[in-house]
Amino acid sequence: MVNGKRTLIIIPALNESGSIADVVGEVRGELPGVDVLVVDDGSTDRTAAVAVAAGARVAKLPYNLGVGGAMRLGYRYARDNDYDVAIQIDADGQHDPRYVPKLVDLLDDNDLVIGARFAGEGDYNVRGPRRWAMVMLSAVLSRVAKTKLTDTTSGFRAANRRVIEMFAGWYPAEYLGDTVETLVHTARRGYRIKQVPVAMRKRMAGTPSHSPARAMIYLGRAFAVLTLALIRR
Amino acid sequence: MKLTLVTGLTGLLLLGTIVELLRRRQLREKYGMLWLAVLVVVIPLSLFPRLLDNVAGLLGVASGVSLVLFLGIIFLLLVCVHLSWEVSALEEETRTLAEDFALLRAQIDADRAARDELVSHDG
Repeated sequence: MVNGKRTLIIIPALNESGSIADVVGEVRGELPGVDVLVVDDGSTDRTAAVAVAAGARVAKLPYNLGVGGAMRLGYRYARDNDYDVAIQIDADGQHDPRYVPKLVDLLDDNDLVIGARFAGEGDYNVRGPRRWAMVMLSAVLSRVAKTKLTDTTSGFRAANRRVIEMFAGWYPAEYLGDTVETLVHTARRGYRIKQVPVAMRKRMAGTPSHSPARAMIYLGRAFAVLTLALIRR
Repeated sequence: MKLTLVTGLTGLLLLGTIVELLRRRQLREKYGMLWLAVLVVVIPLSLFPRLLDNVAGLLGVASGVSLVLFLGIIFLLLVCVHLSWEVSALEEETRTLAEDFALLRAQIDADRAARDELVSHDG
């Protein structure tokens, strides 16, 4: 329970046996009374066993589906087990569970709440094509969603029942589909989206590749995904 | 004459392959029928390559063989697109199955854990 709502924390994990126990432990410590579902996306290491030992429920996919595939499974679980709120958290520990009540609070007036970097809290800087991609994505998606969105690729989100229901039936498994395309889809259907500034953990800062070629490819793919999302129904 | 022999034999060989695959149930009927229909068109053409020269002339194509080549490429392209479409649909189906499977396994694990707890309380 968070603020009187039945809450499920969904953690998609691929070969995260090193960090998953800490993440699950921290979530359970900070948020007593919430259920934690680790979706093991076809890991080849002991991710599932470690997560069970840490006290999480585990849904283990037989093979890798990508973040989007793991997330739809998580939302189906949330729908089937009648949760009011589903919250997505990354398995690498970059998201601080202490922000969860804040996200849940905002669900009173919104359908999907995103924990966003670059929104005032924490320090997280990117440069070059990666930066341009983020600027492009946030400019376009802010217009589509009619609300200010600065961190469209954030994997820290809270969804209410209506959005859980939608994501359980439709959630793209493609590259960037789990973030960019779902935002377009959700906004188009009239759901209210809102972002909350959150600080990401230091250990994650600087992970984005510094190779300019990679960054350019990322920009190209982001542009393609966005264009496709906008022309799709 | 030699050329006709080569193309004709190739056409018949392809026909034999498709029929054999269908006979062994290695090919779904819908695909088998498609390729048989193609061969029904291709085999007469392989025996009489000049058959389409008149049609080609009407379309402004210099020779019937060029026309066949052009149509062949378009057809193969469409087949490739169709197969990509089929694979996408299949991936969506297997994805759903994988999710169902994971949900069921999670449910079984939960049931087993609940039962073990009951047993340990009884004992």
